Amino acid sequence: MRQTRAIELGTGLFVLLGFAALFFLVTQITNREFGLGEGGYRLTATFEQVGGLKPGAPVSMSGVTIGRVESIAYDFSEYRARVELRIEPQYDKIPDDSDASVLTAGLLGGQYVGVGPGSSETFFKDGDRIQFTQSAIVLENLISKFLFSKAAEQQPADGAAQGSKP
Amino acid sequence: MVAAIFRELGDSVQEALRALGRYALFAARVAGETPRSLLRFRLVVEQVYNAGALSLVIIMLSGLFVGMVLGLQGFDLLQRFGSEESLGTAAALGLLKELGPVITALLFAGRAGTALASELGLMRATDQIAAMEMMAVDPVRRVVMPRFLGGVIAMPLLAAIFSMIGLYGAQLVGVKLMGVDQGQFWSQMRAAVEFEDVMEGALKSFAFGAACSLVAVYEGYHSVPTAEGVGRATTRTVVISSVSVLLLDYILTAVML
Repeated sequence: MRQTRAIELGTGLFVLLGFAALFFLVTQITNREFGLGEGGYRLTATFEQVGGLKPGAPVSMSGVTIGRVESIAYDFSEYRARVELRIEPQYDKIPDDSDASVLTAGLLGGQYVGVGPGSSETFFKDGDRIQFTQSAIVLENLISKFLFSKAAEQQPADGAAQGSKP
Repeated sequence: MVAAIFRELGDSVQEALRALGRYALFAARVAGETPRSLLRFRLVVEQVYNAGALSLVIIMLSGLFVGMVLGLQGFDLLQRFGSEESLGTAAALGLLKELGPVITALLFAGRAGTALASELGLMRATDQIAAMEMMAVDPVRRVVMPRFLGGVIAMPLLAAIFSMIGLYGAQLVGVKLMGVDQGQFWSQMRAAVEFEDVMEGALKSFAFGAACSLVAVYEGYHSVPTAEGVGRATTRTVVISSVSVLLLDYILTAVML
């Protein structure tokens, strides 16, 4: 009898520890939040380019996370990407002329939606659309722009150097 | 002469195929018995204790050291690219998706698999299994199934514990020893690791647990009833489990990635 009780106790502790570990891995390591998906209100914004933005990415104002990206879809009526944002209920005083932009955290970090406050007296409410948006910066475009402008700078300089030779 | 060689070759191919067929039939039998055996909960609990709780110390110790090595190696590698803040992400993904399930399965085969195989082999050698058959007790139901299910239940939990302890070890080395910022370590990890990554690891460890347990009970149950036969069954358990875990790992990774 004593033996079985020890075994049951040991098994119980082991199973508890195992599930605690699984729970820890799911809740502490991933960015998934449970039970918070229903609260708050929803905003939409359309972007030319969302880059590597993914559902679940944070929406932040001055670095404070105020919500999450809920879904990303392509809108064929505007030919732009349509992003649905879920904002937590306590952040209900966002001016309705605020702007949204897709930004990157650090050089290699993940992308998020940054909201910059406007100066309107009225606030966003559920289902509103953010009018002013700025797209994600695509690194290739940036590099090609830089290279072309570099090349354009170089050409007249080369010409001047050759011209002064004779 | 040539005909004899071909006959030999044919025989060994046939024997290999038959072994595979025996494994498949046994697996089908075990799978068929599973729902009924889950109801005999007390027997399964005892085996969860044997396979899981008794393997806990070795799993935790190994997890700690694997995590610490991962912290050192990961830091050294990431430092070359100037992104040592990603250490948390690298350690978490490495542990969750590969090292956790695979190393736990290898340790599990060595610690619990051998115990299972030799126990069943000794039962066979000392005619306990024959005695059960005499009493019209189905030894597969009474002896094999609880051991198999105990292993299947214990393995994912062990792998989760391994990953958690490993992550702690990586954090210990990365943050305390190498000076990676603690906030960066956790926040980068949290931003990059998805729920699906955790599930992938859990699914893998479940598959490995089933494979290891199946090999152990098969080899033990079908061992030659001599001292030498039991020893051979134990060895085969480790070899076949390890190889099949690594093979399964490649297949599962290729499918899920």
